[in-house]
Amino acid sequence: MQQDHPRMNISSEGGVTVVELTDRKILDEVNISRISERLQGLVAKAESPKFVLDFSNVVHMSSSALGMLITLHKRVREKKGQLRLSGIQAAIYEVFVITRLNEIFDISESVEDALKTLN
Amino acid sequence: METMAVIPSDLAAAHEAEEALLAQVARCGYSDAATFAIKLALEEGMNNAIKHGNKFDANKTVQLAYDISETRAVITITDQGGGFNPSALPDPTVDENLEKPTGRGVMLIHAYMDEVAYNAAGNQVRMVKRNT
Repeated sequence: MQQDHPRMNISSEGGVTVVELTDRKILDEVNISRISERLQGLVAKAESPKFVLDFSNVVHMSSSALGMLITLHKRVREKKGQLRLSGIQAAIYEVFVITRLNEIFDISESVEDALKTLN
Repeated sequence: METMAVIPSDLAAAHEAEEALLAQVARCGYSDAATFAIKLALEEGMNNAIKHGNKFDANKTVQLAYDISETRAVITITDQGGGFNPSALPDPTVDENLEKPTGRGVMLIHAYMDEVAYNAAGNQVRMVKRNT
């Protein structure tokens, strides 16, 4: 089932919520706050959340967006769920490496690869 | 030739000023990597000036000065806050700080720009990126 949101497309694949972030730039605080609110809401509703966040449209991200992802990751972990990030472009992936956040998050090349890692 | 903009402590106004700077970067034909670096560092620097420097105080402004040539971009951001000590910031990449949601902006500026320097008061950062 596809649900549209101003900043994301949400679908379900075999019990996994796939969230395609549609903004090319996840930079400003208001935007980040809205994305965070929506994602936290989805996590809160799920008993054992399984999420894939698809970044294939994203070409720029600020450190505030990284903070949002860390908070989300913690919430998912608290609920014994699983979170995967996918489709991260090379320049953005370098930001994850520089900040060592590639060691915190499970990152896959594509949504399909991410789905394969979820049990 | 240097351009200077005085911006209110408002992230939307900062975004407009950033776009004008980045348009100059584009006109000068910077590489994708250099453009990405400038955009990231500029965003982090302006956010820090507004959030941490001026604390979103509507009575305070941020000065964005820049000189973009085909070989290098020199960007100076000055806020009206009390300043900070950049060397006193915790390292966000050590294990105990990895899962903290904040504290990465200054580190990213240093990682992506070729030169970074602060004034003595700690309310001004000057960043340089060479076009490679």
